[in-house]
Amino acid sequence: MSSTDIILQQLLNGLTIGSYLAMIALGYTMVYGIIELINFAHGDVFTAGFLISLTLFEWFGAGGKTLTGFRLVWMFTLVLILTMLACGIINVIVDRIAYKPLRKAPRLAPLITAVAASFALENIYANWKGPSQIFYPDYFPRVDILHNWLHLNTTVLFTTQDALLIGLTIPMMLGLRLFIQRTKLGKAMRATAQNAAAASIMGIDVERVIMTTFFIGGALAGAAGMAFGNFLHTGRYLMGFDAGLFAFTAAVLGGIGNITGAVLGGFLIGFLKVFSDQWIGGQWTRAFIFTILILVLVFRPQGLVGEDEAEKA
Amino acid sequence: MKKISFLNRFALFIVLVLALTMVIAACAPAQKAAPAATKAPAATGKGTIKIYTSWPLQGAMLPEGQSMKRAADLALEHYLAAHDGKGPAGYNIELVNLDDASPTTGSWDGTIEAENAQKCVNDPACGVYFATYNSGAAKVSIPITNKAGVAQITPANTYPGLTHAWDKGEPDIYRPSGEVNYFRTNAADDVQGWSGASWAQCLGFKKVYLLDDRQLYGKGVADAFAQQAEKIGLEIVGRDGVESTDIDFRALLTKIRASGADLVYGGFVIDSGGPQVIQQMASTGMFKAGTKFMGPDGLVNPALIEQVGGADVANGNIYLTFPGLAPSQLTSKVGKKFFDDFKAKYGEEPSPWSTYAYQAMQVILDSIERAQSNDRGKILVAMRGLKDFEGITGKFGFNKNGDPTFTTLGGNEIKDGKIVFTGAISPDMYKTCK
Repeated sequence: MSSTDIILQQLLNGLTIGSYLAMIALGYTMVYGIIELINFAHGDVFTAGFLISLTLFEWFGAGGKTLTGFRLVWMFTLVLILTMLACGIINVIVDRIAYKPLRKAPRLAPLITAVAASFALENIYANWKGPSQIFYPDYFPRVDILHNWLHLNTTVLFTTQDALLIGLTIPMMLGLRLFIQRTKLGKAMRATAQNAAAASIMGIDVERVIMTTFFIGGALAGAAGMAFGNFLHTGRYLMGFDAGLFAFTAAVLGGIGNITGAVLGGFLIGFLKVFSDQWIGGQWTRAFIFTILILVLVFRPQGLVGEDEAEKA
Repeated sequence: MKKISFLNRFALFIVLVLALTMVIAACAPAQKAAPAATKAPAATGKGTIKIYTSWPLQGAMLPEGQSMKRAADLALEHYLAAHDGKGPAGYNIELVNLDDASPTTGSWDGTIEAENAQKCVNDPACGVYFATYNSGAAKVSIPITNKAGVAQITPANTYPGLTHAWDKGEPDIYRPSGEVNYFRTNAADDVQGWSGASWAQCLGFKKVYLLDDRQLYGKGVADAFAQQAEKIGLEIVGRDGVESTDIDFRALLTKIRASGADLVYGGFVIDSGGPQVIQQMASTGMFKAGTKFMGPDGLVNPALIEQVGGADVANGNIYLTFPGLAPSQLTSKVGKKFFDDFKAKYGEEPSPWSTYAYQAMQVILDSIERAQSNDRGKILVAMRGLKDFEGITGKFGFNKNGDPTFTTLGGNEIKDGKIVFTGAISPDMYKTCK
């Protein structure tokens, strides 16, 4: 590989890592924006997306083989919708059980129940699918775009599966942005984020807003989990911990509570990771990423694009 | 004070019933054990020696752990059958199976392992501590059994520093009493890493990239591989440690592709990133481009093939070393009998480490026989003096460190969706490649 190819390949790697991290980070940041809670179970909803979509493909009889033609279109779409629904509902259930009863309790209490919810979900997955690595078959066709379609002579690898991940996540992020800025419910979310008490006085059903937020966050994480499975092919019950850790970092880095910040943070972490793996050394990657996080927070405690408390979400 | 309500009385009643049930349950095994003790006719006068085993018996480790337990049971059964039902030195042998895994993580836990070792030490009837599977767990328990002067033998530990000089202060830090009380019948990781490098050279690989999970075991084998590679002139083009919980290795693999390596040696175990690295090597086209993967015994597990995406991905691309011989590769008469009887009795093939669970049990029984006593100290001295012992993998004894004097390692490849033994390997094979 020439050095240009290395740089291009690593940029593509960073872009794909960034897109699933950003999708998960959105869930962290939205929930924080509304109720100032770090939903530690959120990374595990990402795992749910991976496991549930895998199970649904099996149910619909995909049987480990690559889907083609019309079958690919209907099954993939259906599985995507069902997975997003299921993961949204899981996130809402987590909120109802673990956070809602503690809405007025001291901050520390829901933080601990969040950790508990995360462990509970992980153990449910471990019992359901076993603790080992799980293989996710190539349900989405895999074609080397640069070689087979564009006939470029390069060592850079970019397949339809990478394209799927990017093509799925970026429109969803834009969609979320539109939803929050243009719809009535989005407006209610922004109002609740600014001041829940005032919003409630103005007739906004705050609990409904919170529920919607959890649902959307969960659905996005579910979609990310499914896309992740289709392009990286391995995962297990604990995968949400790692993904969640970095996504949460992304949210804080960008400015927690800020949607643009979460997306920016996600991509930034993706690029930092590939940079460190390539030019610093795999064993330093985590130290590198978290040092950057500390530096950013020391000089900009509100995160890269975070604004004052009153302006969040 | 409030009067005791009906509900509280009812709760009290339930608690009492539960307590009673527990007392009865606690008594039950004792009643069961009594007839078992009278089964061995010659054991009447001398009593029982307990062998405490400790290795993971849950989670992903359950198949391996259970198979090792069964192998140990079978070794005892074979011994009794060969001695007219008479236990070694006339004692009745009882295996007490403890689990050192934590239910939350499914893998070994230092606190639980320490408790298990303590249980053996505190039980006067415990003659030998038969543990552990994970080398990290052995680091916790060896000092405990060492202080108490109890012999400890492992069915699977391969970390070099447990028996001989490796990392700073090893192995003396595990021997507070200054005496050797810990033994193994399989090869250590350093021998495995050395053999891996020699084997790689014999297979014709020129440039190797090393990865490891930065754990005691994974880094240990990779270090040994690097050592030997330098000695025999095999080029190492790069090395990285990875986080075992990481899920995305593509950035690192891009770097490896750029390095021109034709072999990736990965110091991993099955649940620490190995399957993902192999799977992602396949999906980033590295196998297609001719790069192969070699790994140590931590990956020798039939589940590996399914986890990396099935036979199509794995076939011909994966080499695995094993610090000993798996049960199906045993050529001795005793070895074949073990394999056949195990299959007949349990309806499945014994797992890779069952060979050494069986062999270690053979050594335990032989040591008790030679000690002619149930005294821990005497059993320990007898075990230390093992010489020219006919185990199922061949003839060996223990050197002054507690390592076996002779070991055979296995080279395996994945073919037709199976891990296939392709021949014995050794550190010195690079000289002739035979």
